[in-house]
Amino acid sequence: METVLSVLVGLFFAVGIYLMLSKHVIRILLGIAIFGNAVNLLIFTVGRIVREVPPIIPHGFDVPPGPVANPLPQALILTAIVISFSFFAFLLVLAYRAYQEIGTDDTDGMRVAEPEGESLPPLGY
Amino acid sequence: MAVEPGKIVDVTAAMITAPVTATDWLVIAPVVIPILFGALLLMFRHEMRWHGIVALIGLGAMVGTEVALLLHVLANGPLSMTMGSWLPPFGISFTADALGATFALTSGIVAFICAIFAIRDINVSGRRYGFYPFLMLLMAGVSGAFLTGDIFNLYVWFEVFVISSFGLLILGSEKAQIDGATKYAILNLVATTLFLIATGYLYGTFGTLNMADIARKAEGLRGTAPLMTLASLYLLAFGMKAAAFPVNFWLPASYHTPRIVTAALFGGLLTKIGVYALLRTLVMLFPVERSVLADLIGWVAILTMVLGVMGALAQSDTRRIFGFLVISGVGVMLAGLALGTQTGLSGAILYAVHSMLVMTALYLLTGMMKELGGSFSLRELAGLYRSTPLLTAIALVLALAVAGLPPGSGLWPKVLLVKASLEANQWALAGAVLLSGFLTTIALGRVFILAFWRDREASAPKAQATNTASPILGYGVLLALMVPIVVLGVYPEPFIKIADIAASGLLHNAGYISAVFPVGGG
Repeated sequence: METVLSVLVGLFFAVGIYLMLSKHVIRILLGIAIFGNAVNLLIFTVGRIVREVPPIIPHGFDVPPGPVANPLPQALILTAIVISFSFFAFLLVLAYRAYQEIGTDDTDGMRVAEPEGESLPPLGY
Repeated sequence: MAVEPGKIVDVTAAMITAPVTATDWLVIAPVVIPILFGALLLMFRHEMRWHGIVALIGLGAMVGTEVALLLHVLANGPLSMTMGSWLPPFGISFTADALGATFALTSGIVAFICAIFAIRDINVSGRRYGFYPFLMLLMAGVSGAFLTGDIFNLYVWFEVFVISSFGLLILGSEKAQIDGATKYAILNLVATTLFLIATGYLYGTFGTLNMADIARKAEGLRGTAPLMTLASLYLLAFGMKAAAFPVNFWLPASYHTPRIVTAALFGGLLTKIGVYALLRTLVMLFPVERSVLADLIGWVAILTMVLGVMGALAQSDTRRIFGFLVISGVGVMLAGLALGTQTGLSGAILYAVHSMLVMTALYLLTGMMKELGGSFSLRELAGLYRSTPLLTAIALVLALAVAGLPPGSGLWPKVLLVKASLEANQWALAGAVLLSGFLTTIALGRVFILAFWRDREASAPKAQATNTASPILGYGVLLALMVPIVVLGVYPEPFIKIADIAASGLLHNAGYISAVFPVGGG
């Protein structure tokens, strides 16, 4: 099971990185979304996939009676999902605003902050 | 293991039963206070008159607790507290050692000074868009990153300050800001995602996220586990956050676009958190792997130093010059990381403290130059020496400090670093530190000659004051920031001592581990 998921994580990374290499912001953002999900799956996989009971202590016990599944990777993924989702929402709005203001989503054309062909500073006076 | 109903369950195996003492609160206070005040400011978001005062009270309280924390750590060694009374490593630990407490205090002072400058620099619309709440949450993230003892928690604090920095960066919604913020946001998100990948692998390998627990387990796992992979991934992720060459291009794309106070905060603080995380992971958690990577880190340091300052030489916008100088400074700190010796690390730590102070001061200085001289560009700035002698004096001392010349604070960390490089026979590193200092002198000397010494031509239009408020507060803030810079330069003894304690705490992590696991068990 881990092997299959590892291959899937690798595919996610490949697709995400391929999209992030694009010049267009919208493709970069799609790449980032896939990249983030690849990481979530990765944490899930490295936390080991086991068929055990949920980590709930039955009534009358103070420790679980047998082996239980590890809940921590899911807590980590949940945190990572919330963070990457909020970042993604922010980035979408930012990219849309950038498209409205600058009129392009091609990163080659986004030269407002660093204008092309700036001459050197004065060498003397 | 079954217990009778009604019987009190014995929890001493999993939980701390002793009551929480007041000193334990010290380690969490620098994070709790800015979060509380940030929430308070959000609740009173329409009462914009009070924002500055409330933020100053909050940041003042934060600095106060950070001073107490640093004094406590210096007197008694690292201080640790685990959330929810769980025994470490089950709960999230906050562990402050000399390194984290020093960085937290310096960043707190810088933020406090920036908040005073912001009173005159951030107008009503900036406050309406939430400058002060963002500032408080940024500082919560920064302090949290410096004080946490849990590597996943470090990721969370990274995200807290990164998302606050987005808010600060686009305050004003100008075209250039949105352009710069797009690049900054995407590349920083990729960097923190790389950090998360490394942390996922680390959890899969170690089964723990507590840094003290990782440090003591690394020795046993070294033969079998892919620790080199982890160390390399952390180097890439944090190198990107620290703006090390060749993953530094987000910084010059964005740092000159926001309000000057925001640029000052970012230039002073954000890259140093990357450096701090590099020191924490590579020196304390993976020292053997760091020494394998030392040559690579050394070359990255040399290229970052030299190419950074060469970028500064090619710019005519003062803000962009200073952005490139931030990068060059990161290279100097990485030189200490590449050496990994006691002297080298104290030099890097001292340089980080120096860099937080002087980079903030440089950006605030350029804000004042814009106000009094009417421009950010070296083509247009002129005659400031005649019109503002006090600002000229500040600029001169600051330029000397940044370049690493006396009486500024840059001298001693560079002396330590060059000494450590020569001791380790790393001539290239020593040469690069000196060369970058020399080129920095040229870059800042040119700013000084063109903006201050050059006479304003009679035909040139009179400079227009862009801020109607009197510049006295601006001068006061800059002078207040100059005090620690000059003190560090002329009386470095106590600061070098603290940096030494911080460096030896990283190299000999027994103190850090025993603060988290007191009886050596756990």
